[in-house]
Amino acid sequence: MSKGIAITGMGMISAIGRNVQENFASLTSETIGISKITQIATRHKDEIMVGEVKATNAELEKQLGLEPNTYSRSPMLGMIAIKEALQQAGISDVNEYKTGLISSTTVGGMDKSEQYFFEYFESDTHHHHIDGLHAGDSTQKIAKSIGLEKSFMTTISTACSSAANAIMLGARMIKSGKLDRAIVGGTDALSKFTINGFKTLMILSDTHNTPFDDKRKGLNLGEAGAFLVLESDKIVKEKNKEVLAYVTGYGNANDAFHQTASSENGDGAVLAMQKALKVAGLKPSDIDYINAHGTATPNNDLSEGRAILRVFGEGNVPEFSSTKAFTGHTLAIAGGVEAIYAVLALQNNHIYPNLNFKNPMEEFDLIPETTSKKKELRHVLSNSFGFGGNCSTLILSKEA
Amino acid sequence: MKKSVYINSVGSVSAQKTFDNSEFLDEITDYEANELKVVAPNYKEYIPPAAARRMAKGIKMSTVSSQTALQEAGLKNVDAIIVGTGLGCLDDSARFVGDIIKNEEQYLTPTRFIQSSHNTVAGQIALGLGCKGYNFTYVNSAISFESSLLDAQMQLENDEATHILVGGVDEMVEHHVRSHRLIDHYKTEPVTLKNVLNSKTSGAIMAEGSHFFVLSNKKQDSTYGQLIGVETYNALSEQEVETQVRIFLSHFETAVDAIDLVVLGNNGDVNFEGFFNTLSAGIFNKTPQAVFKHLSGEYDTASGFAFWLASKILKSGNVPEIVKWNELSASNPKNILLYNQYRGENHSLVLLRKC
Repeated sequence: MSKGIAITGMGMISAIGRNVQENFASLTSETIGISKITQIATRHKDEIMVGEVKATNAELEKQLGLEPNTYSRSPMLGMIAIKEALQQAGISDVNEYKTGLISSTTVGGMDKSEQYFFEYFESDTHHHHIDGLHAGDSTQKIAKSIGLEKSFMTTISTACSSAANAIMLGARMIKSGKLDRAIVGGTDALSKFTINGFKTLMILSDTHNTPFDDKRKGLNLGEAGAFLVLESDKIVKEKNKEVLAYVTGYGNANDAFHQTASSENGDGAVLAMQKALKVAGLKPSDIDYINAHGTATPNNDLSEGRAILRVFGEGNVPEFSSTKAFTGHTLAIAGGVEAIYAVLALQNNHIYPNLNFKNPMEEFDLIPETTSKKKELRHVLSNSFGFGGNCSTLILSKEA
Repeated sequence: MKKSVYINSVGSVSAQKTFDNSEFLDEITDYEANELKVVAPNYKEYIPPAAARRMAKGIKMSTVSSQTALQEAGLKNVDAIIVGTGLGCLDDSARFVGDIIKNEEQYLTPTRFIQSSHNTVAGQIALGLGCKGYNFTYVNSAISFESSLLDAQMQLENDEATHILVGGVDEMVEHHVRSHRLIDHYKTEPVTLKNVLNSKTSGAIMAEGSHFFVLSNKKQDSTYGQLIGVETYNALSEQEVETQVRIFLSHFETAVDAIDLVVLGNNGDVNFEGFFNTLSAGIFNKTPQAVFKHLSGEYDTASGFAFWLASKILKSGNVPEIVKWNELSASNPKNILLYNQYRGENHSLVLLRKC
């Protein structure tokens, strides 16, 4: 059994709050962040609901001290989140230890690219956005915002499991001694690109998403930035750091079934959960709460539900819920947002409600928690699955 | 005890004829151009025509290079698939965006969006092999491929996997090239293979390619060499490069003069060649030097071509005349160091060794 990796800082901005505390307050007061879209002019504005960060780009620029329209929205969300995470971890000199930045994104700077895609050839006003499209650009901007240099930095894009994989890589690199500290997470802003993409797949709900409900109609897209600071035992000891929780388990597998759909029995999800349990040295019965991927698409919830049943066994599934009804599906960063929620759950012994659930699914007997619940939590399992068959599971624990 | 990591096979589709592993730059594709397409293999030999029709070019190239690598390693499946790509299947992304704008968000179909996901190539390979193992995609500009190498090396050294398929792929796409010419990232004027690296003008020549390798902690007959170390740095100044190289080599207990060949990522962009010159005129001025981007062109995972080149050199003992960058010649080099960066960012050092 290997030892867990300490989490010493967290920061986030999402549809339900502009920092970690606001997010937790929304979760416990059952304040949802799903609304009509206001920040993007899209033809589909009346047919979809989204989990938008409640701030205009101008407000984000002001908060970050940036000139108007210099950055796309994704790096700005990331910069806000990472600043909070470093602050909580008490890090003033990011280059003090062997530090790496592992970010994740699916769209990068797409929000600006799609705005000026043809305009670039007519006028040079927005040429500074041309190189902002690629995923690595948003990560480099985030790195610069914290003064990280001469360091390991990478970006992961495994669709909706990206941030879970960033956390996993950070933990693995600290464990193998390649880094002393890993700042892990990611950022994804809403864009016409993703709205229209998911629209063509016909998995967007026109109303509030209802995870694990028999009549679920699909997902609400969301946006967020979230980062966690992972540190080695050496730093924790030297700096006498307060540890918020530990990353004790992680598993990555591929469903190898279909480019966008999950297999009926959730093979990839089963493997990811089993691997994570093995790395953590835990039995399924040690898990006190599952923060499910639960996107509220017909396919995901069926596949994930079956996978959970296969891993935990009929009648032995611990309390579980999806928080997507609060935040929407924040794509690349869903696993980061939910890892922070898992840590908050551990710290407060609090299980979040799976909002909007009414009708149990026909295919199996699985009822998510529908109201907030206090329970002594030691280990929380968090799932993230994505296109390309990518399945990832993290286990967060109170103790190493 | 950490296990050693071996490069057991290669597979490459690039602007040169590299898809046939029995050859090694035997025929050079010369050009006078400002962008380079791959020398295409006969895709029909690898992919059923019906499937190929809707397939993104990145997937097609990677099907060939990954199959080539698997075949040479004698494997039907692997424990993990790790892919680096700066831009993913960008052609589909660009077309989808173009359609959103032109059709005002109407009449769109999902295929282009699905293939836009950066992890499409890794997902497709897993699907083709039925590989349910670890599956990762790195998307960090010029170190996307190196991130994959590092991840694979970590798993193999720690014996978490035995055989890993590692690759890098990027497509050349018209909108990307045209828009990046506006900001001087790519050259507008055509240049020749012979002159590109000394062109003294701004920008590189955009190209495309896909390079896959089987890395393993078990040596076999097909083994090309050993991967000793990989490090990447998000930002370095010209003055810091030499120091970083020394630190890197010390991590792997290798002296500067033990390097028999240094492979540099010069791409002919006058604004950033200082990073390479500082090494070629500095600590490696008495070391045989090689270059490759006059052959491969520039793209985020072009360093995959360098890794392919170094692997072929280690196995054959032969440094082709066309890649030599100084007068010193290396015969049968043992230690090869790769250094790459793009536009002053995302620097990488990779050390390979004969075994």
